[in-house]
Amino acid sequence: MDQLNLIIPELFLTTSIMILLMLGVFYKNSFNLIFKLSTIVLLATFILLFNHSVDTSATLFNNSYTIDYLSLFMKALTLVACIFVMLSSFDYIKLIGINKIEYPILILSATLGMMIMISSYDLIVFYMGLELQSLSLYVLVSFNRDSYRSTEAGLKYFVLSALSSGLLLYGCSLIYGFSNSTNFDLISQNIDQFNTGSIFGIVFILVGLAFKVSAVPFHMWAPDVYEGSPTSVTAFFAIVPKVAALTVFIRFLYVPFINLVDQWQMIIIFISLASMILGAVAAIGQTNLKRLMAYSAIGHMGYALAGLATGSNEGIQSAVIYLSIYLLMNLGIFSCIFMMKRKDIFYEDIQDLSGLSKNHPIISVCLLVLLFSLAGIPPLAGFFAKFYVFMAVIKVEMYTLAIIGLITTVISAFYYLRIIKIIYFDDPKEIFEIDKNLGLKVSLFLSTIIILIYFIYPSLLIDMVSNINVI
Amino acid sequence: MINIALGHYLILAAIIFMIGVVGIFLNRKNVIIILMSIELILLAVNINLVSFSIFTQDLTGQIFTMFILTVAAAEAAIGLAIIVAYYRNKGSIRIEDISSLKG
Repeated sequence: MDQLNLIIPELFLTTSIMILLMLGVFYKNSFNLIFKLSTIVLLATFILLFNHSVDTSATLFNNSYTIDYLSLFMKALTLVACIFVMLSSFDYIKLIGINKIEYPILILSATLGMMIMISSYDLIVFYMGLELQSLSLYVLVSFNRDSYRSTEAGLKYFVLSALSSGLLLYGCSLIYGFSNSTNFDLISQNIDQFNTGSIFGIVFILVGLAFKVSAVPFHMWAPDVYEGSPTSVTAFFAIVPKVAALTVFIRFLYVPFINLVDQWQMIIIFISLASMILGAVAAIGQTNLKRLMAYSAIGHMGYALAGLATGSNEGIQSAVIYLSIYLLMNLGIFSCIFMMKRKDIFYEDIQDLSGLSKNHPIISVCLLVLLFSLAGIPPLAGFFAKFYVFMAVIKVEMYTLAIIGLITTVISAFYYLRIIKIIYFDDPKEIFEIDKNLGLKVSLFLSTIIILIYFIYPSLLIDMVSNINVI
Repeated sequence: MINIALGHYLILAAIIFMIGVVGIFLNRKNVIIILMSIELILLAVNINLVSFSIFTQDLTGQIFTMFILTVAAAEAAIGLAIIVAYYRNKGSIRIEDISSLKG
């Protein structure tokens, strides 16, 4: 019973999903009800997370599931991000006609999958969580099934994601064979660092995980999926699954493979460098805002992975801080994209923002703050995020990584600043209809204000993250 | 008679795995073939797991296989559903035609 107490959030979410599904089947046209209930369920799950004390550290079910500070922090981040995405996308979903009851339920089950991934401490549990998340995401991407682009994005995502799951599983099978266990602790004890089989296993697992965080060279799905899927799903994609994927990355690298740092460190450095460079260069020519955000996501995951490559606790903490601030900036940007609407048609080109400052000064200021922060300009939060990562990288004397990271920051500033130039100095277009939706405004202003005033009291986030000790 | 050892099973699994991966990248015709290649990859993983499980006298691998089989069925069902939805919009599932999103 003691063990069940610790997984009450997951149990609650599971039961709620089933109840909501039943509710949706028996009440016709109950989208509004289900959507609101799902948001409340997410909120309740978030509160239930704090049912046990913050510094509990336990492994349950024959060491296959772990509850520790890292899992608590990441689950809280996932749930908060998910709640805000739900709140800000409500009007969009209704307007483009994907308001079916399955939508919120699929989001809930994807979130459940992510929570299981975050806590998993065993290859089997990890795989089940991953598949629960991916299967829900396949359907979500192609949710607008009458749209040609949405189904094409879904098809592409399905093929590539299934392939990456296959590669990951092949790695898992090799690791299982050469360490004789699926438990993370036992793997770290048994694995032989000179065995070719286990090194192959690690490479395959890293490839699969790199795909999930959309890191180069396994990024090719991200721009297509971001552009093709409905914007509400894109916002979800850009914000929520990254948390779980990065946590799994941390767990794999620092629990089962901790004795093989020399083997994986070069791979992570390469992936990180390639992501930073491609994210900076490929985004320059983009005209679609969602596609641009995809390339920006690739670049930003490169910076987070640079933190992981260090092999130190500071590196992990800086990556987690980076991720938290990045989620916040993305939330703001996607709230702005949700607001670009005239006569029930949503616009997503960068040119549609032209002259926004004349018609909508407040939104323009918010976008200005968010884009400056994405570009890493002090004193906004995005600057501090990059600062912590580079400090951690320099501390372990990886100067090449730091220098290339700084150069790509400068390159990527170009396309963020170009958007600002379009907003402030180009000829104004027609006025956008501004939504009455409260959730959208709250998420935009909240994220902007937090990013703006982060520098006054940065120790709040740092204190929270400094309790994460994986090594 | 050669004695069939663990290595033989691993090589068989590796060959099937490679056929699956190559099938995804070289195939220029039909999306269904990609679906079949994905199944091949998962089957290779299952062969790996079961043979490891037998040769190391540890049951976990076979339990893992059961999970993979179940998930593979769900994955194939969703994949086919997405292909049907795509076909209704486009009227073709040729790979060359899947190209409206690029850049």
